[in-house]
Amino acid sequence: MYEFDWTSIPGALPILGSGMLMTLRLTLVAMVVGILWGTLLALARLSGNRMLGWLAAGYVNLFRAVPLVMVILWFYLIVPTLLKDWAGLGAGTDIRMASALVAFALFESAYYSEIIRAGVRSVPRGQVNAAQALGMAYTQTMRLVVLPQAFRNMLPLLLTQAIILFQDTSLVYVIGLADFFGAAYKVGDRDGRLVELLLFSGAVYFVLCFGASLLVRRLQKRIAV
Amino acid sequence: MSMIEIEQVSKWYGQFAVLTDCTTHVNKGEVVVVCGPSGSGKSTLIRCVNGLEPIQQGTILVNGMTLTDPKTNLSKLRSHVGMVFQNFELFPHLSVFDNLTIGQIKVLGRSKDEAAARGLKMLERVGLKAQAEKYPGALSGGQQQRVAIARALAMDPICMLFDEPTSALDPEMVTEVLDVMVELATEGMTMMCVTHEMGFARKVADRVIFMDHGRIVEDAAKDDFFGTPRSERAQLFLSKILHH
Repeated sequence: MYEFDWTSIPGALPILGSGMLMTLRLTLVAMVVGILWGTLLALARLSGNRMLGWLAAGYVNLFRAVPLVMVILWFYLIVPTLLKDWAGLGAGTDIRMASALVAFALFESAYYSEIIRAGVRSVPRGQVNAAQALGMAYTQTMRLVVLPQAFRNMLPLLLTQAIILFQDTSLVYVIGLADFFGAAYKVGDRDGRLVELLLFSGAVYFVLCFGASLLVRRLQKRIAV
Repeated sequence: MSMIEIEQVSKWYGQFAVLTDCTTHVNKGEVVVVCGPSGSGKSTLIRCVNGLEPIQQGTILVNGMTLTDPKTNLSKLRSHVGMVFQNFELFPHLSVFDNLTIGQIKVLGRSKDEAAARGLKMLERVGLKAQAEKYPGALSGGQQQRVAIARALAMDPICMLFDEPTSALDPEMVTEVLDVMVELATEGMTMMCVTHEMGFARKVADRVIFMDHGRIVEDAAKDDFFGTPRSERAQLFLSKILHH
């Protein structure tokens, strides 16, 4: 039978910790940028402007129809070339983090935009009329009346998506970034204790994600009342 | 002088004619009640008056400005026209106080202090000053509608549009809202009200418009309307809603 040996974990905690920091950073940036860009995409699709709506729908459908791991690789291969041309970066600069951030933000915004679009449509038409009747312009109506209510309605869904995103960031291992999962893998590989490290990191993911989803469920109940 | 002029207005939803050749006007200081069976187009007509519904034919002028002209700044025009809805449409994520001030600050550009003073004054006027910090969800329907009226008044409107303001209320709350409307009317506010409240019409209306199937069937001074309505349909309508 396999002999478990957990002794390499305590010494690896600093590395795992910095890996977790990278995971959280990726999650946070992708979430914030994804929500902002996703809101614009959602508004474009709801605007009634054919061209804008068509472009936004194309974007959303494209990103939702390709595997995330592929998008990460694309941006890893594309972003360096662009950055070299635009920002004049040297060939030696490490752009893995930048390309991962861009990939996640753009990919997540496609999912966020669908959540936000549903949220905006959940606000009754009468609210828009009331805002317009007060003399509010379109952007004021959206910013002051519709979006605050929409975000409140969809907060649980946005957070659930963030939990999925938190797990998905582990895919950056394909470009060799040491996020939490990548760090655990590297330590396990180095010490010949891959099984223990993978079990340990899995347990950490489980505790964090399950805990967060319990919090979301509680929040959902409070909002519903 | 006409505050609202509606000239030969027609509107279709696809093939279905919602409004057909409607012409009427509301003079400054006048109170006009619009009534008629449900589906007669009366709510649509009043929603057209501040451009919430587009029209396909005809012209609407409010305070001399042509609503149907694409050059007209619709938002600016609406900021001078108060509107009260059947379902109140207070903003549920804002307190009563913020509901009263948001339009003044964001649309009229008033200072926070000025908006607060004006908002509270209007709230006091509808008898709800104590509720300023509450959220709309904590108020009764009648209270919500009074806040909605105060919200519209805080913008210092040149006229007020009421779209069935008491239809969604429990019977015991109708009076408190009508009292506020009667007071407004007697103070000389120009009002166009879609309502079934014939008691209100008798008390304060100058004219009554009766609509059926998207047409203005009768447009008469109050006493003529209640005395001897000319059209058969108006007679039938009145007999149905007055004797029960």
